Amino acid sequence: MKHENWNGFNAGVWQDEINVRDFIQNNYREYTGEPSFLAGATPRTAALMKKVQNLFVIEQQSGGVLDIDTDVASSLTAYKPGYIDRENELIVGLQTNRPLKRGVNPFGGIRMVRQACEAYGYTLGRNVEEEFKYRTTHNDGVFRVYTDEMRMARRSHVITGLPDAYGRGRIIGDYRRVALYGVDRLIAEKKKDKASLADRNFDTETIQLDEELYRQISFLGYLKEMAAMYGYDISAPAKNAREAIQWTYFAYLGAIKEQNGAAMSLGRVSTFFDIYIERDLKAGVLTEESAQELIDDFVIKLRVARHLRTPEYNELFGGDPMWITEAVGGMGEDGRTLVSKSSYRILNTLYTLGPAPEPNLTVLWSNAMPESFKRFCAKVSADTDSIQYENDDIMRPVYGDDYAIACCVSAMKIGKQMQFFGARCNLAKLLLIAINGGYDTTSGIHIGPQMDVLSGDKLEYGEVMARFETYIEWLSRLYVNTMNVIHYMHDRYAYEKIQMALHDTDVGRFMAFGVAGLSVVADSISAIKFASVRPIRDEAGFITDFETVGDFPKYGNDDDRVDLIAKDITHKVITELRKTPTYRNAEHTLSVLTITSNVMYGKNTGATPDGRGAGEAFAPGANPMHNREENGALASLNSVAKISYDDCRDGISNTFSITPDALGHDEESRVTNLVAILDGYFAKKAHHINVNVMNRETLMKAYENPEAYPNLTIRVSGYAVNFCKLSREQQREVISRTFHEKI
Amino acid sequence: MTGRVHSIQSMGTVDGPGVRYVVFLQGCNLRCSCCHNPDTWRVNEGTEYTAEDIVSRAIRFREYFGREGGITLSGGEPLLQAEFAREIFELSHKAGINTCLDTSGSLLNGNVKALLDETDRVLLDIKYTDDELYQRHAGCRLESVLVFLRYLDEKGIATTLRQVIIPTLNDNAENVTRLKEIAKAHKCVDRIELLPFRKICEVKYKAMSLSFPLADVDEPTSERMTALRTLL
Repeated sequence: MKHENWNGFNAGVWQDEINVRDFIQNNYREYTGEPSFLAGATPRTAALMKKVQNLFVIEQQSGGVLDIDTDVASSLTAYKPGYIDRENELIVGLQTNRPLKRGVNPFGGIRMVRQACEAYGYTLGRNVEEEFKYRTTHNDGVFRVYTDEMRMARRSHVITGLPDAYGRGRIIGDYRRVALYGVDRLIAEKKKDKASLADRNFDTETIQLDEELYRQISFLGYLKEMAAMYGYDISAPAKNAREAIQWTYFAYLGAIKEQNGAAMSLGRVSTFFDIYIERDLKAGVLTEESAQELIDDFVIKLRVARHLRTPEYNELFGGDPMWITEAVGGMGEDGRTLVSKSSYRILNTLYTLGPAPEPNLTVLWSNAMPESFKRFCAKVSADTDSIQYENDDIMRPVYGDDYAIACCVSAMKIGKQMQFFGARCNLAKLLLIAINGGYDTTSGIHIGPQMDVLSGDKLEYGEVMARFETYIEWLSRLYVNTMNVIHYMHDRYAYEKIQMALHDTDVGRFMAFGVAGLSVVADSISAIKFASVRPIRDEAGFITDFETVGDFPKYGNDDDRVDLIAKDITHKVITELRKTPTYRNAEHTLSVLTITSNVMYGKNTGATPDGRGAGEAFAPGANPMHNREENGALASLNSVAKISYDDCRDGISNTFSITPDALGHDEESRVTNLVAILDGYFAKKAHHINVNVMNRETLMKAYENPEAYPNLTIRVSGYAVNFCKLSREQQREVISRTFHEKI
Repeated sequence: MTGRVHSIQSMGTVDGPGVRYVVFLQGCNLRCSCCHNPDTWRVNEGTEYTAEDIVSRAIRFREYFGREGGITLSGGEPLLQAEFAREIFELSHKAGINTCLDTSGSLLNGNVKALLDETDRVLLDIKYTDDELYQRHAGCRLESVLVFLRYLDEKGIATTLRQVIIPTLNDNAENVTRLKEIAKAHKCVDRIELLPFRKICEVKYKAMSLSFPLADVDEPTSERMTALRTLL
């Protein structure tokens, strides 16, 4: 097949089938040079960004939400076109008719939408209330089926943050397909897929898929309508760079109008855009300055994307994030790097537009990447604290070279795989429940197998481990079954039409489970094994506190005695999870990631044998507990690197904060040393790292005087946040984290 | 053999080039008034380690060393445990790890010479360029450090000269100029580092019930440091 808008591109199978990867491989130009070609912000960009900055200030002054359209349920064509500054925008399209005005999306659950409106002083419109009186939401469906035990698990917070009342997210549409093929071609392909089902036996699976295809096709039609409202016809392929970016953005915009999923990630678009930019540069219709403008304008759009959330939700996922994650760089399977000039351009937006948490720029780090790009990334990290790194060398063998990251650390092949998001279970609480024979002292709920409270004056390692394993087995089955309910209902009542229309019809699925409190549990078990832990009981005989005598190895010091406890626990958990079948035969995966919920998980967990007091925050993700690292930063990194990616395919998150002085005497050596640290950490087969180069004092000043630091961005746990948007409690926790300093 | 170690820092970025595994050895023969590690002074304290143990720990960090990094022995004064230090460096070299010695250069004997045979770079802390100050504030002669430096030059061992800049004592152009002249006279010196005097160590002195001799001296301003560095 040929199309005139493809003139100048190299041919390939991408023309005959939907295959963006093949298009990229046949057409992109790797860039191994220096960043010196980059252009700065034009006056147009600066003026537009100024407008947006002013809106951000008003949004913050209005309590975090600028405005809500309460009258209509969000959808692709529900709002009139909106602009920031119509004459000066290069890329157009907003979620509602005005920038930062949030829509309401009750398909996941109406209660949360109602509460969110009320929390910000609004009332959900009567039309919407009326309409949803007669509609089943995802949340309704889930609670029709939840068993008593599932409800108890939820209420006791042993499993928390489940997407049973909000959109699940973590699905990345291949938004590039709209630009490369145009919507008409995509519809035609989906129609072919639908017709081919006629030969199958019409079992539940086929009928479900058939109906989903119907809905995908119908929403591709709405996508065209939405673009037409802005004056664009996206039925045909994009014919230049501006259109390629606009078409791709429309596809993403359609997705975030339709879904308010927890994480609405973007994929891997910069090197794809680069092909169009190179073609236009060659044709003389674009300059470096105007190319950067297009990327800048696109990124401005991503920075104003918003979803309406409740305050409770913010407790789990602080800072109002969307996780518009863009994967940058990496290597191709043929050994060429996937770094292009546009990989630089998208990172350059942190200079042209200033540091910001969104889009969630994620560098796929390979030791084979060009040195100049590595150094540029390290410099951007040191300057802006806005990017994270994930190990391309361990992901590429699993996902090929056209994968992206959903949310923080969840890898998937773009347009070919999706995941069922499953938040996390609280392992530290589970350990306490196990010790207490099925009683949660914090919530006062009896849950799980009912046994005697462990007896004696000293906790015995063998006995505790046997208990703990029994409860891991129990919880794993419950967790999988709970997730099966959630995702069955989400598919049924809040199916992602646009995003799944931008996937292959035959899609691979992951079911992503998670653990919180890994370092607390590892240290607690280490204390029981290597020191002496005396349980302290309340009047009813339940163990509510511990007295730990003697020293014990602590996770975060590169000490195998305890690090392997952490590794073995994750192995045990995933092994147990795999024993229970999943909805739609999804592949079980596991993450060690907490977002900002480590604060909330800690709050809901009693004292633990490692010396952590009741209610104290956990460390985030796979981080060692704060200030237990005694041998410096690299020892801490080595500990985290021991957790196996094979066991934790949904990602292992580590947040690393270091003071500029500890990284080197001057900028040059800081960059060199950060590159060496990243190379070393990833050579150890570690998966992920957030890098913050800053002084604790800066955070303390921002805590005292937030107005003076409106743009202070920090990496927290797989994403970046505007520090001032975190709750006071979350801010305090971030400040208390280990900052690696020189001694 | 075994030696006494004060502490280990798995990520040192300021004691030698690149990312380094820094082992602070216990015990010092000097009592410098600006010392920021008084807890490393006494020779009979610290934790005992074997050289094999130290190197097998360092090997776990080899991936981070890149082209420039490696192991650094600091202190205290590593020359006091020269045999132990030599064994660490020997084993490091066998493992392909670059070695760096952070020292005052106040001793030079057979064991120290054997240690220097296994040393890729020396960070030589020339505390003052004036003998009187040297004796008063470090308890050592400038000449013994210069003897050490001449030996490094003879052996062609890459050397970084370092000096802590202390207001009222050596934060003046004459001193920095003299330091530069010393560097010039020795081909082995390829780098000079001026480090600002810091007082965060005061808590250590307090904890050890010692009085900090320079308690009344201010830290140098960054402007002053920049001005002195431009003289180099």
